[in-house]
Amino acid sequence: MSSFFNTLLFVSRTGRHGGTPLLSRLVGWLLALLLVTLVFTFAFQQLQYGWNWGAVLAYRHKFMLGWLMTVTISAAALCSSLVIGLAAAMVQRCPFLPARSLGSLYVELIRGTPLLVQILIFFYVVADAFGISNRYLVGVLTLSLFAGAYISEIIRAGIESVGESQLDSARAIGLNRWQTYRYVIFPQVLRRLLPPLAGQFASIIKDSSLLSIIAVSEFTLNAQEVNAFTYSTLESYVPLAVGYLLLTLPISLASRALERRYRYAS
Amino acid sequence: MRLDLTGLEKWFGSQAAVRGITQSISDFQALAIIGPSGGGKTTLLRLIAGLEVPDRGTIAIDGEQLVFSRDALMRHRQRIGMVFQAYNLFPHLSALDNITLPLEKVHGYSPAAAREHAMSLLERFQLLLHAAKKPAELSGGQQQRVAIVRAIAIRPRFLLFDEPTSALDPEMTAEVLEVIEELRHEGRDLIMATHHIGFARQVADYCLFVSDGTVTEAGLASELFSHPQTAALDNFLAKVLKY
Repeated sequence: MSSFFNTLLFVSRTGRHGGTPLLSRLVGWLLALLLVTLVFTFAFQQLQYGWNWGAVLAYRHKFMLGWLMTVTISAAALCSSLVIGLAAAMVQRCPFLPARSLGSLYVELIRGTPLLVQILIFFYVVADAFGISNRYLVGVLTLSLFAGAYISEIIRAGIESVGESQLDSARAIGLNRWQTYRYVIFPQVLRRLLPPLAGQFASIIKDSSLLSIIAVSEFTLNAQEVNAFTYSTLESYVPLAVGYLLLTLPISLASRALERRYRYAS
Repeated sequence: MRLDLTGLEKWFGSQAAVRGITQSISDFQALAIIGPSGGGKTTLLRLIAGLEVPDRGTIAIDGEQLVFSRDALMRHRQRIGMVFQAYNLFPHLSALDNITLPLEKVHGYSPAAAREHAMSLLERFQLLLHAAKKPAELSGGQQQRVAIVRAIAIRPRFLLFDEPTSALDPEMTAEVLEVIEELRHEGRDLIMATHHIGFARQVADYCLFVSDGTVTEAGLASELFSHPQTAALDNFLAKVLKY
């Protein structure tokens, strides 16, 4: 009996011959879920709280609209942060020194300060000075600049992972700089970048919640408003957690799947 | 071919890899560069290949002076076939695509023509079975042979080999050296840095012994190996031929 539990519960990280058995995986997940459920059930039991889901349910459309806005903002920020990140990575590799310095300064400033502060400064100071009043536009731009700094580091590390000997080969066969990126570096880097990029995109989605402080009507702000209308704090915020998980969980799973696939491929 | 080096110098930081080489070699077909590791063989070869820019001095190939501007060097590199010690091939491309890449993107072949040309060369070097394989699926010797095919596919003025067998076991070394010997018999011009003294002796008609960044001794391969004039070469030959 004990050997049955041993084989069921103890599987080395590299898996057994033919991967981790389905039954073991299932039992593993169930046990983990059980533990989390127990902790939270206990915590919520201790809480003397009059649940009032009805009040919040009346605002379900507001949740839906907010969630859709979060999806829209995240998707827009995702695209432009890729462009910004790629540009910043290339700038940091170009021969013109001041441009490289500017690139490094951008990355260090953004990565070293809280997003909250960046949003406030960009919206109330920079955007104001340049006459941009659309808070949605500023929100997407700030989020893109923020994520772009991280993405540029991901891309830069990816490019640098292509060995010096390959760059030599590329020069020896007479490829120019652009052709070297196009035919040698990018095709190899792209697949290595996918998993960390997917992780970064999940971060963008969660980070977009901070745009609520400049009154961008996204998911979090709408939940805050429902809370203010109904005084039902937990009923407003629990759906918020679920709504974000609905977006980030698939991305996270996809990222893991990609990681596995490319590990086998290479 | 003819090679003229005058006052050639290349520094890496405070370290001189090549310090003042002046050498004229006329009318050779296969030039071997031998010498101890770290003596400057590879740097000299890379200078001739247009992969490094000298700090001082000039290089002339067949009387034609190398211009050390970025574009001129790129055009220079496009006309020669270079094979490195290892990792020549791009790991994401099949053997065939590794060969057709420079043909299509640098030399203006149509995809069909590039493919046809590459396939006929792969067939000639008994590599046809491996055309669709990625470098990781090939043995070290096969990889180097594909790299050699890539180098000759562009119909280069001459070939450069930088210790093409130093990362291979003896059996694979033999298969790669055989290919180089075959190219030599076809009458192709080549310059190779090698530590296979026996091979250099057999294939090269002219030889440079490079140590401490300079040409310590130079001469016809037939004489240089049998009658070394300097103590340095004598010692070197004694050492490498001992085992």
